[in-house]
Amino acid sequence: MANASKSFGRWFHQLGSPKWFYQKSAKWLPWLWIATAVLLAFGLYYSLFASPVDYQQGNSVRIMYIHVPAAALSMVGYLAMAICAVIGMVWKMKMSFMAMRAIAPVGALFTFICLFTGSLWGIPTWGTWWEWDARMTSELVLLFLYLGFIALHSSFNDRSKADNAAAILALVGAINIPIIYGSVKWWNTLHQAYSVTKKGAIAPEMQTPLFIMIAGFYLLFAIMVIIRLRLEIMNREAKSKWLQEVIS
Amino acid sequence: MKAHRKKKLITILTALVLLSSAVGLLLFAIGDYADAFYEPTKVVNGEAPLNKTVRVGGLVVDGSVNRSSDSLYVEFDITDNQESITITFDKSLPDLFREGQGIMAEGKLIDNKTLKATKVLAKHDEQYMPPEIADTLKKSHQDGVNKMKDQQSKEKGDY
Repeated sequence: MANASKSFGRWFHQLGSPKWFYQKSAKWLPWLWIATAVLLAFGLYYSLFASPVDYQQGNSVRIMYIHVPAAALSMVGYLAMAICAVIGMVWKMKMSFMAMRAIAPVGALFTFICLFTGSLWGIPTWGTWWEWDARMTSELVLLFLYLGFIALHSSFNDRSKADNAAAILALVGAINIPIIYGSVKWWNTLHQAYSVTKKGAIAPEMQTPLFIMIAGFYLLFAIMVIIRLRLEIMNREAKSKWLQEVIS
Repeated sequence: MKAHRKKKLITILTALVLLSSAVGLLLFAIGDYADAFYEPTKVVNGEAPLNKTVRVGGLVVDGSVNRSSDSLYVEFDITDNQESITITFDKSLPDLFREGQGIMAEGKLIDNKTLKATKVLAKHDEQYMPPEIADTLKKSHQDGVNKMKDQQSKEKGDY
């Protein structure tokens, strides 16, 4: 136990070091790219060609394989941002605020993909691309929270003020995540209820490609955040000696 | 953990708890107002306003769909398994519209039993499966129903 907490402490400490992360992540990236490419290539083939049509929706069910992973990451991304905000505020870890800032545009992108594919899916199935129900509205609020975070952060000249103000928004906005998740249960909505977390709701031959796509989207999200975080480190540590040595 | 960090963490957690309670209360107060539609029971009980644009939702009752032979005009009932109301509509219905399917209709309530719809949307449920499985399920359900009927008639014969 003591050993585990010690090694966690070390890992936490290392992750807090921009130098350590910058050097290590360069080695992780190629492997992450390979894993992502394999998962997404296989997942896309499986979901778009090899999986069956739906008994009611026909081929338009295939939009699910993009929509659901994007939706999952849009929420997980925001939670990650909020956790980074707490760590940054309490432990004053500069890497944490950098990660928070790196996540925001990536999360916004995935939220947009979720809303866009949802609209595309809505046209053939519901007969409308938008309806102000609780699920869609709260997901749209999530997009505005991401954009608000980006705008707020860039509106300060002083970096540490920007970090702190944006961290508060990240934390407060996190309340929207359980609302998005619970919306289909608490209120009646045009959007259907839980499928992914409900056992037996999705036939196995559709669930497998869906889970592969979700895994692929997680890795893709991680890659995009790592790349942005490396840029953020370069930006903030531009004057540090180690970075100048690494670059030259 | 160092004292000042602990203090800060406690402050943040307290703020978060207070904020969540505030939002929780707010959502509790909003309650049904955030519903996308009224269920037939609410309409029949007069909870939905008449002659105002409202949305209602429910399952299309089996055998209730009456199509006009010379126009798009259609009448059907929707139910929440307690009460049912009639929807009238004169435009084309969405592809997923069928008996037993969940739908949402927007329009004006003429009385607490009838909605004149201007828009009909199809809901779909959280079940996803290939057609073959849906057929098998339907068939085994039908077999089960027949078996039960057989058994019932047999039992009746016994008496």
